[in-house]
Amino acid sequence: MAHDNKEQVDAITGVTTTGHSWDDIQELNNPLPRWWLWTFYASIAWAIAYCIAYPAWPLVSSYTKGALGWQSREAVVADLDALKQQRSGMTTKLADASLEEIRRDPEMFAFARAQGKAAFGDNCAPCHGAGGAGAKGYPNLNDDDWLWGGSLVQIEHTIRHGARSTSDQGHSGTMPAFGRDGMLKREEISHAADYVRSLSGLSTDKGANLNAGAKVFADNCAACHGDKGQGNLDLGAPNLSDKIWLFGSDKATIVEGLMNGRGGVMPTWHGRLDDTTIKALTLYVHSLGGDQRP
Amino acid sequence: MSGRRATSGRCLIWIKAAQLDPSYSIVIQIETIATDSMADAPLPHPLGAATDDAPLYAPRKQIYPQAVKGRYRTIKWVVLAVTLGIYYFLPFIRWDRGPNAPDQAILVDLANSRFYFFFIEIWPQEVYYITGLLVLAALTLFLMNAVAGRVWCGYLCPQTVWTDLFYAVERWVEGDRRERMRHDKEKLTIGVLGRKSLKHFIWLMIAWWTGGAWVLYFADAPTLVYELATFQASFHAYLWIGILTFTTYTLAGFMREQVCTYMCPWPRIQAALTDEYALNVTYRYDRGEPRGSVKKNEALKLQGLPAGDCIDCNQCVAVCPTGVDIRKGLQLDCIQCGLCMDACDNVMDKIGRPQGLIAYDTDMNVQARIEGRPEVRRIVRPRTLFYAGLIALVGAVMIASLAMRQNLYLTVMHDRNPLFVRLSDGSIRNGFTIRIANKNLDARRYALAIEGLAEAKVDVVGGEIDQRGRAIVAVGPDQTLEARVLVTDTASTDADSTALRFVLTDLATGDTASTIDHFKAP
Repeated sequence: MAHDNKEQVDAITGVTTTGHSWDDIQELNNPLPRWWLWTFYASIAWAIAYCIAYPAWPLVSSYTKGALGWQSREAVVADLDALKQQRSGMTTKLADASLEEIRRDPEMFAFARAQGKAAFGDNCAPCHGAGGAGAKGYPNLNDDDWLWGGSLVQIEHTIRHGARSTSDQGHSGTMPAFGRDGMLKREEISHAADYVRSLSGLSTDKGANLNAGAKVFADNCAACHGDKGQGNLDLGAPNLSDKIWLFGSDKATIVEGLMNGRGGVMPTWHGRLDDTTIKALTLYVHSLGGDQRP
Repeated sequence: MSGRRATSGRCLIWIKAAQLDPSYSIVIQIETIATDSMADAPLPHPLGAATDDAPLYAPRKQIYPQAVKGRYRTIKWVVLAVTLGIYYFLPFIRWDRGPNAPDQAILVDLANSRFYFFFIEIWPQEVYYITGLLVLAALTLFLMNAVAGRVWCGYLCPQTVWTDLFYAVERWVEGDRRERMRHDKEKLTIGVLGRKSLKHFIWLMIAWWTGGAWVLYFADAPTLVYELATFQASFHAYLWIGILTFTTYTLAGFMREQVCTYMCPWPRIQAALTDEYALNVTYRYDRGEPRGSVKKNEALKLQGLPAGDCIDCNQCVAVCPTGVDIRKGLQLDCIQCGLCMDACDNVMDKIGRPQGLIAYDTDMNVQARIEGRPEVRRIVRPRTLFYAGLIALVGAVMIASLAMRQNLYLTVMHDRNPLFVRLSDGSIRNGFTIRIANKNLDARRYALAIEGLAEAKVDVVGGEIDQRGRAIVAVGPDQTLEARVLVTDTASTDADSTALRFVLTDLATGDTASTIDHFKAP
């Protein structure tokens, strides 16, 4: 590489060269486009101004706060406040209206369903599933079988106070552990399980003693589940004569329930969710399959 | 190849807007000069004016176009008035659509996501109509190009129209070409400074009005004008006016021909699309060359020596808004605005020679006249027929789809989770989310029914049931409604999936919309 400081001018373009020459190839010293240069300077000015105005530099245990005092956390809070403000009209309407009024007003109903769906995803989906389909021991909210009742008022009460929860207004009533606590013998439990299966038309074991099972049922189960196993909403005792089984309909599962009892917990949401959210949740859950008990 | 260097081993890449032949408009030459071989050198242009040696970097030359009068100048004034008139005043045209829709003929209603165009109302999901319009616009551009080159660039392009308007203001305030050149050369005086300030003020006013008209397409125009006048309009309105003021002022006041030469892709694209039959603003060098002064060429003619009609007065260059010399042939920078034709015709009139030394013509014809062959003019040829046919086809498809467009749409989405639910009596129920789009401008009531499951029952959550047991849904004017629908099948079906058709009937008109989904069972 040859280098000399004499200013040379390229013959074709009339532009000075940088004086660098590699294998006789010379570098022209064209100026940067002015618009590019000024954009570059403007960017530098912008960067400096930004560092002064906004949080920018990390320090040992803190950071530069910026002259404008802007904070991303505060910005989020402001955004949320703005959103609440935007929704406040509808939120106030929901707060003032009864559940039945909301259900009959298409606009309020649509708003409540949308809000309820979001709240359901945040709070209920872990147990009841994203679509409310439930799981073993966690009721499916899409069907027409409701342990504690499927009307708007009943659903709201269950959401608000829960079942077997910490709230003293919550639903109580448990399935006793007939086997573990020695109330029924293993044989009696087997008979009762066969009988319970027969209530909804399911097949029973060969040689099952349904009469003995019926007697065990009448003496021990009918008090809560009813003479025909039709269930009792006040006690959350499931209907044993329908096709819906919370834990499963096979004999082993029924025997397990009789041996060890059942008592799933629905937490209380009163105080954790505000009234409007609970209302919205109620209407959403109700729209899945509420009020449909035959 | 006059660009050849004596120094060897130098590699240059040149992009050359060819001057010879429109079908050969852009030539990329990669040339490595290692030897002095001249064997493959292309033929020089007949006028020897090719700019092969143009470097990649060229400093901008200030252009001072001179005022000109003539046929094409008049056409350009009319086009300018009509296009700008449409742009500035179109938002104020009213179109009655009844009480439930705005009465502005053309309105982009972003807040409610609707686009109104006279009798057409487009929803966001019908944006393909806009695509169709863009396809039509592109094809029209191609057709214009096939017929007469860069008609769009020269007469209709917003860059040309606004730049033309800004040049008019410049001439009106600062004076014509010579005066402006003198002002820029001499020391700045108070008077000139005042004139320049006035020019920029008027430019900014036009630019501001341009931005102001733009935002009127997005809101009720009279209301927005009132709000702007009383400083009550939304921040976005001012922001967009500011942005368009800036772009108009910069593009039409400062960047001008640079936009056409360096920024716009169309000059390159059209060069690839055009052919030798396309009419272009052409200097008829068969008639013009050899150029010379009036007296000299008259004398040559008397001696029976070759003498052309071009008197080298340079008027064609002086009036050119992009600063090219049309006599060098067709070139990338030339937007074909036709002003050089006016300038030349005026000169020809003065010296008593026929008009049309520069005219819409083809290089092919110039060549033909030189060689004594007959001229060829073919506006109707496969290329133009093909473009016209495509335009007719796309237009017909769009008109047909607009005519058959329905005002009722139904979409259905099956619940993903759970797919089905067993009810206490053993029947199976599926949940669906339906969305009804009522594009009518009044509220409608619809009956929802299903086909495919004979004994199934349909319920709309929050809906009603009429006396005939049909599920009824009411949808407001120009709105969509989302509703949850439960389909319960009491007959036990063995199939785990049954095809199902949802049918929605407008109770007022009997119009129906339907869509297919499936009923899932264990």
